[in-house]
Parts: sequence; C-alpha cells; structure tokens
Amino acid sequence: MTDFRTTVADTAVIAKRNFIKIRRVPEVLMFILISPIMFVLLFAYVFGNSIDIPGGSYREFLIAGIFVQTVVFGATFTGAGLAEDMQKGIIDRFRSLPMSQSAVLIGRTASDIMYNVLTLLIMALTGLLVGWRIHTSFLSALAGFALLLLFAYAFSWIMAYVGLIVPSVEVINNAAFVVIFPLTFVANTFVPSENLPTALRIFAEWNPVSSATQAARELFGNIPLGTPEPTVWPLQNAVLYTLIWIVLIIAIFAPLSAHRYKRARS
Amino acid sequence: MKTYGDVIALAGLDLAVEEATVVGLLGPNGAGKTTAVSILATLTMPDSGSAHVAGIDVLKEPEEVRKKIGLSGQFAAVDEHLSGFENLDMIGRLYHLGRQQARTRARALLDQFDLNDAADRPVKTYSGGMRRRLDLAGALIAEPPILFLDEPTTGLDPRSRTDMWTVIRELVTRGTTLLLTTQYLEEADRLADDIVVIDHGLEIAHGTADELKSMVGGDRIELTASSLDSVQAARRIMESFAIGEIHEEGRAHKLTVPIEGGAPTLMKALRALDAEAIDVVDVGLRRPTLDDVFLSLTGHVAEPDEDSSAQPESTETLAL
Repeated sequence: MTDFRTTVADTAVIAKRNFIKIRRVPEVLMFILISPIMFVLLFAYVFGNSIDIPGGSYREFLIAGIFVQTVVFGATFTGAGLAEDMQKGIIDRFRSLPMSQSAVLIGRTASDIMYNVLTLLIMALTGLLVGWRIHTSFLSALAGFALLLLFAYAFSWIMAYVGLIVPSVEVINNAAFVVIFPLTFVANTFVPSENLPTALRIFAEWNPVSSATQAARELFGNIPLGTPEPTVWPLQNAVLYTLIWIVLIIAIFAPLSAHRYKRARS
Repeated sequence: MKTYGDVIALAGLDLAVEEATVVGLLGPNGAGKTTAVSILATLTMPDSGSAHVAGIDVLKEPEEVRKKIGLSGQFAAVDEHLSGFENLDMIGRLYHLGRQQARTRARALLDQFDLNDAADRPVKTYSGGMRRRLDLAGALIAEPPILFLDEPTTGLDPRSRTDMWTVIRELVTRGTTLLLTTQYLEEADRLADDIVVIDHGLEIAHGTADELKSMVGGDRIELTASSLDSVQAARRIMESFAIGEIHEEGRAHKLTVPIEGGAPTLMKALRALDAEAIDVVDVGLRRPTLDDVFLSLTGHVAEPDEDSSAQPESTETLAL
C-alpha cells in the first residue's frame, strides 16, 4: 500500500473505533444530544425574551452565536479523547504498530467532525422549533454550516495538541472551560459587540469567534434590518477572515500535534 | 543511554538476544527495564547508543521494526469501551492484515486465550487476568517474530499468573523470540533461557538461571528459631557449617546459611543445634533461588526500589 492509502485506511479504522466508543458511553451520547438542545432553549427563552433588538428578532440573532459557542466547546472532546488514550496507554500500543503515524490524530479529528454534524443538526432543528429561520438560499445555508464545521475542525486541532501535552482528562476539561468561555463570550455571539467597553470591544472585533458568528448570520440571513454595518475589517469580511483563521490554526496545530504524537509517551 | 531530567533511566546496557530464545530482563522497579523495552519497541529515542531489532536499526528505520514486533505493556493497553473482538480486529487492521485475515486471527486468538465467552462484551467488564490475555493476544495478532512483554504478570493474582506463564511458554515453543521484563525472580526462572539482571540502569549479571544460581554457591539451610536469643545462639553454631556469609532476618528470627555437602551437613547441623537445646521452629534445605542471586549481587532484595540514581556510564547496545 502507498503511504496515502495506508493513512486513509488506518484513519478509517481509528475513526470507526471512536464511533463505537460514542455508542458505548451513554454519557457522551447524552452530552451530544442533550446539551445542544439545552443551550438553544436556555438562551432563546432566558435571554431571548428579555433583550430586544430593534427591527429584528433577538432569538434569530442569538442562534448563530449558540452554534459557534457549542461547536467550539465541542472541540474539548477531541482533546479529552486523546488525553484518555494517553492515560490508558492505548497511544503506546498504536505507536508500536506499523500503522500510519498520523492516522490516530486524523482519525480523531475526523470522527469529531461527525460529532459536530450531529450537534449542529440537533441545534438547527431545535432552533427551527423556537422560531429561528433561514432567510437566504439553501446553498447559502449549506455554506454556513460548512463554515461552522470547518471552524470546529480547526479548534479540534488546537485541542488535540493540548490533549497530547496535558494528558489528563480533568485538566483538559477545566482548562478548556477557562479559555473557551471568555473566548466565546467576549464576542458578538450573544450581544452586539459595539456596546462593549473599548478593550473588550477591540478583542471582540478581532476574535475569530465573532467573525465566525457574523459569517454564519450573514449566510443564514439572520442580521436584522437596520443593523449598522460593521466598521472593522474582520467583521466586514467575516467569511474570509474566518477562513484565514481556520487555515492558520490547522497549519500551525496539525504539524505541532503530529510532532508531539511522535514523541508521546503515556 | 537514556536520561529523564537528572534521572538516568538507562545508563549502560549491552543486550543481545538470540533468535527463538527468551531473554528475561530482571530488576526492581526503576531499574530501567521498561525504558529498555520502549527503546526497542520504537516508543522512546535513546540519548545515545544504538539498538537493532531483527537486524534493523531502531533509530533509523522504526517503521520497519514495527512490522516485526509485538508489544504487550505493563498496563493493559486495550480499549475498554470496545469488545475483546473489536480490539483485536482493530489491531489486526492496523497491522494491515486485511479485513478477513484480521477477523480470522481475532477469533482464533480469543479462542486460544480462553476469551470466547467474553469476546463480544466490552473490555470494561473483564477481570485483570482477562485484560492481560487480551493485551497479549493483541501483540500476537500479526504473528510477529519478535515479542516484547513488559511485566506481563505484574498485579495479577497467582492463578492468573500461572495461566499467563502457560500461554507464554506455548508461544516460545513455536519459535518466537521474546524479551520479557519482570520483577519476579520466579517468573524469569520459569520462562527465560537467559537472564539479564539490571539495577539502576546497568547490567549487573547475565547468564542462565542455573549459572546465576551457581554464582552464589550451593545449597542453603533455612532456619527459623523461636526467639531473638535462640537466633543468636543458632547463628554461633551455624558459623562452623557456613561456606559464605549468613543472612539474617532478625524480626522473622530467620537465618539463611550457605553450605556444602547437602543433607549430611544438615543432619550434622541439626545434631549440633539439638546438643545446645536451641528451640528451632522450622528448618529446611533448599537450592538457591534467584532471590539469593539478587541479594548477593545488589546487596538488597528484589523489592520495589524508589531510588533510581545511577552512575553515568557507557552507551548501551541493544540487539535482537
């Protein structure tokens, strides 16, 4: 077999293993199924009813933000999965096998795309139930979901690296919370960023979470009429700026993780 | 040579394993056994030195080495959410056996290792012994010519340990080359053709079990007295029979006396003890064990040892 075919075949074997695992661990399945529903309902009814956006529906404005926040949090799953494999010594087993050395990482991040597809599907359905609508074309909406998946995929690589250097599931979960929570809140996910204090506003404007949210809103047609045009470049070119971040993150963290994996010892 | 920070895990080890033989790497915790195996199994890069497995340079062509080896680690590296069959099938696929071959091998090994009934249950439900057998089965799935078993029975109950020994002995009769690490002297004695004793990352002795035993002389009288006083009295009497240093375990009121002449010497010793009316609780003659070897070589018994400092020395050459 050629190197490429080996990598593809081994990746499939690893991804299959991760799927079996999702089925076997009910807590994970619950997390995948329940938490997105919970987030949509919580935000839609708790904040959605108390905040008004002139000329539009806050609930529609909110949904894209919840999508982004949930898939970014979902990347923790990648890191936790790898950390668990390190802890349990399974990485040692894989590293002693004549398999493609990148398959464990690619298989991991690939199966987490499927996990995000499922999460987005459930959130979208819940969103539709509470009054969220797509006001653009089918293709544009598809592009919106594709962008969200790519964005999540990039974050998976960051967390893969973290999972390899901090081989403890508990630490990963806590660390992820401390980093991801502010990252997804100091953004335009839940409130328009113009109202933030200056330092936070600047951070929010350049935060890729903001541009991903802005891009999703544009592609789903969820920007209320009369909303002032963004004044900063990242939000004026939200799709492009988000894509740049995606490429940048993968270009940095995929090789870093691969290098780290080769030296990993559980 | 391999160091972790200031700790020298492996200082100097020269190891060569003949094809189709079993070499036992024997030493206490922290002696460097696992480090040696992880270098040979391509998991760790040594800081200096060289290693060859099946004639292949481990440092230059690790991918080629991985095709020839099977590794079964100290901690059973199987996925506990997968069933036994799924674990083996996965490993078989990653050895590139092909879908059909991987399945056939997985079933055959589950059968061979008496895991048939549990084959489709998640490994989470397995006992420690079952996990170890499954882990070993994983190492065997592609029938690699060279096998590394890192402490295959550590933490197992005596029954599972004996089962594991049976399995390993069967493997060896089929011509597998095996490097086994263990902290159990009995295990090395039973399984290994050749034993390398290491401590603090250095080889301290090398030979067959018999050779190592003859290094520490002939038979031993083991004697337990009823009190500390009678141990002291017994010791004075036994001095005249001893051909080497008498080892005393004070709290257990126990003496180990190296002697020559076997049973007749024991009889004479007993008569001498009886003449002084020393209260002997238990006495017996035994052949030296590897415990005696370890004791006489390292000055301490083969017990878990936390002290892992070592003198830096030459580089090591490892070859299989």
